[in-house]
Amino acid sequence: MITALSMLLLGLCFGILASVSYLLPEFLKTNIGFTSLRPLHVSSTLFWIIIGATGCVYSGLQMYTKKTLMNKSTIIQWGLWIIAIIGIFYSYFIHDFGGREYWEFNPIWALPIALAWIILLVNFINISVKIKDWPVYIWMWLTGIIFFLFTFIENYLWVFPYFREHFITDMTIQWKVNGSLVGSWNQILYGTAFFLMDRIENNKTVGRSKLAFAMFFLGLVNLMFNWGHHIYTLPTANYIRFIGYAVSMTEWVFFIRIIYTWKQSVSSIQKYYHLYSYKFIMAADLWVFINMGQAILMSIPAINIYTHGTHITVAHAMGTTIGINSMILFAACFEFFGFKGEQSKSIAKQINISFWLLQFSLVIFWLSLNMAGIKKSIWQMSQHQSSYSKMMETLHPYFATFFIAGIGIMLAFSILAFILIKYFVVKNRSKN
Amino acid sequence: MKVNPSHLFILLCFSFLVYSFRIYSIPLSANRNVSFDIKKASDGRIVWQKNNCQSCHQLYGLGGYLGPDLTNVFSNPRKGEIVIRTMILSGVKQMQAFNLNEEDISSLVEFLKSVDASGKSDPRNFKTTSSGMIEQNEKK
Repeated sequence: MITALSMLLLGLCFGILASVSYLLPEFLKTNIGFTSLRPLHVSSTLFWIIIGATGCVYSGLQMYTKKTLMNKSTIIQWGLWIIAIIGIFYSYFIHDFGGREYWEFNPIWALPIALAWIILLVNFINISVKIKDWPVYIWMWLTGIIFFLFTFIENYLWVFPYFREHFITDMTIQWKVNGSLVGSWNQILYGTAFFLMDRIENNKTVGRSKLAFAMFFLGLVNLMFNWGHHIYTLPTANYIRFIGYAVSMTEWVFFIRIIYTWKQSVSSIQKYYHLYSYKFIMAADLWVFINMGQAILMSIPAINIYTHGTHITVAHAMGTTIGINSMILFAACFEFFGFKGEQSKSIAKQINISFWLLQFSLVIFWLSLNMAGIKKSIWQMSQHQSSYSKMMETLHPYFATFFIAGIGIMLAFSILAFILIKYFVVKNRSKN
Repeated sequence: MKVNPSHLFILLCFSFLVYSFRIYSIPLSANRNVSFDIKKASDGRIVWQKNNCQSCHQLYGLGGYLGPDLTNVFSNPRKGEIVIRTMILSGVKQMQAFNLNEEDISSLVEFLKSVDASGKSDPRNFKTTSSGMIEQNEKK
């Protein structure tokens, strides 16, 4: 989890630098440039989520089985991640690209990641076969691990000319992969949220309820088949687009469930609000509601044609990775580190201020991207379009707002991460 | 009725695999009688990736946001091959000049030609059908 938090801190720095390019076009152009800064930001934040998800699986299993899971293989797995991270960052700094969007590094560095993931799968199977009557979160962790590995390998099918020579199929597979990869880590993180709720409420029935399993399978169907909504405009086979549309609409079930259980959530908030992990889980729930509402609307083709290719898509991606994934990961860090806030009142105050600064900045960040997206959408649909660069100039006020809100997010995340890292280091030092 | 989660999980995984392999098989029935050099376009896709063009540009609305969508840049009467070549070599605003050799540039141009031949990405060219799906408006 410490490696994951360090990746978050790096990702925030690169993100701020990359966003300057939207305001000052010539910024660092001749040194590192946007072509390096963007992947540096994206990869760092992706690794925060993926390595964090790995940490959640190990820490969760350790708490569930009450056994220490640190062994030679977990250290090798960590070593492989470190090799991959150093290699990937180096390749970005020397402009040695070669991969696809979000995985732009030289494909050679995908090997240590795949190996690390295989070790995770083997370790997970070794531990989980000894557990009887799996709660839903063990199913979700297994699903996330298997599907991440499958889609990560699928992500490199383009190396075969057979796929690369057929552009439309190649793009279809690329977005099938992107959709399913997000679904995979969401399975791990939502599973972690279930695990945390079971622990917080000290109620082992939540993770074994029929409703929890129904939601898991619906999530799994979405992981497998709903990615088609990314490519409505791509002239691929019609059945792919229709399956994507139909399955995306099943998300209404999740959405309606959130509204239906709202009252229950409010009474739980009053009961557990003092717990940091619960606070972050609740924030994630709220962002699930906002982002799912947006995702459902964007999955309707007649609306998608207006939002596709605009910053509304970025708002959705940022809203989910920051608002949902990162909130769950912070909830997990507080719980797994055993941080109860007993240190001092000033630290409790810092956490509280950072929490609200984060939520407030994220709202502004999300709104400014949506506004930029609406403006771009109007331009895209206009019969008398100005040039692309002129249109981008009109978006500057939104980019400036997005940049300022980004600084707020960076500050809040950095304070929270430093508090957690410091607590972890001091706790381990006193143990030794 | 009690459903065993393992059975349902295996059934769904099997459906996913069938669906995935159905998609992988699409190129087998693809028309190879096209107006561009398939091999060269495929090499151009690698040049596109090696220079991370996707971080700023989109194809079919998928990719970065700093530069314009390049799906139909090849057939655009105000742009086309000459402008593509000039932009690559001289750069503009945020875009740095790329020091590519002639082979890489011609592969990249061929790739953009192949993308252009695959369809239109301009959202103004789409219409909503009675099924609720969007599709290319043939009249435009």
